Amino acid sequence: MQASPGSTTDIATSWPEEIFAILQRFDVRQVPYVPDAGHSLLIQRVLGSSTMRGIALTTEEEGVALLLGAWSGGQRGVLLMQSSGVGNCINMLSLTRIFHFPFLTLVTMRGEWGEFNPWQVPMGSTTQTVFELAGVSVLRASEPQEVKEVMEAGAGQAYNACTPTAVLLSQRLIGAKDFTK
Amino acid sequence: MSRTNLLNRRRVVAALLANREGALVVGGLGASTNDMAASGDHDRNFYLWGAMGGAVMIGLGLALAQPKLPVVVITGDGEMLMGMGSLATVGLQKPTNLSIVVLDNERYGETGGQTSHTAMAVDLVGVASACGIADTRAISTMAEVEAFAKQFQDLAAGPRFANVKIDAANLERILPTRDGMFILNRLRGSLGFNPI
Repeated sequence: MQASPGSTTDIATSWPEEIFAILQRFDVRQVPYVPDAGHSLLIQRVLGSSTMRGIALTTEEEGVALLLGAWSGGQRGVLLMQSSGVGNCINMLSLTRIFHFPFLTLVTMRGEWGEFNPWQVPMGSTTQTVFELAGVSVLRASEPQEVKEVMEAGAGQAYNACTPTAVLLSQRLIGAKDFTK
Repeated sequence: MSRTNLLNRRRVVAALLANREGALVVGGLGASTNDMAASGDHDRNFYLWGAMGGAVMIGLGLALAQPKLPVVVITGDGEMLMGMGSLATVGLQKPTNLSIVVLDNERYGETGGQTSHTAMAVDLVGVASACGIADTRAISTMAEVEAFAKQFQDLAAGPRFANVKIDAANLERILPTRDGMFILNRLRGSLGFNPI
């Protein structure tokens, strides 16, 4: 059965499309990422886009520096990563305070809602605090229906006001990874 | 490794930037930014006073955003070692307008001269090559530096990587501006971008 646009079942799986549309609307051009299952559909869209460039990183901190370079050259970007990658960025986040550039990152959360792997918990449980200590404003979406609104607010404040911003996409939204399958 | 005929870093950077034309130049944390300042301040100089390991990635973002201008990253061996993964990222993206120059004195000159990995073990030219950067070179003469400076104006044949063995002399500090907003807005302004 085809779900009607905007219906609950449709939104449950289509929220990455809404993120992609908002990034397009803000003319985002460079999309550095370290892959995460929760970002896989968005990464596919980016890699298939004619206006955005998906840039695979070896570690997340590279993406912070890349976005500064992009903005220096007149382009907006967004960094896609998982919560464990946030810890890898800490010193490089200094750049957001020194340069006040439009920094936006979308973080898929692990280590919270129904997590199986204890190794995800230390970083997942401190992600928001780490960002806030680094001076990055944190917004969160936990339900599919709120992704669009949260993403619009995050992109707006990052790109219009140059407020460094992290949008956390809750594990509740993405679903806990099933290691038993 | 003790060698003779190591190059003088100020002469190397002066030769790299003498005919820079529109080039955008990123200087990595450390003495590299002093060498750039000694060659003359410039609207299109981007000096880093921190974010160690980030110079190549800033250069990559800039190179992808400005494909019609040469982008040159000038950094030291210690800074490059901290961001070695970024060579893999450059190798994958292959921005043809990006050139990377490492001023390799085989030590951490800013912190007391402790030897770096390049003194005994690591060959950064080999690393860059193994990361998929086709044009890599180990430079040991000023003639090679001058040839490289001409080639980075060629926007179609990068990315390039050059490792220049320099002497370990601690030279007079010539400090560039450390005001990030000034550096950023000045560079953006030179490209025609207004403040937000």
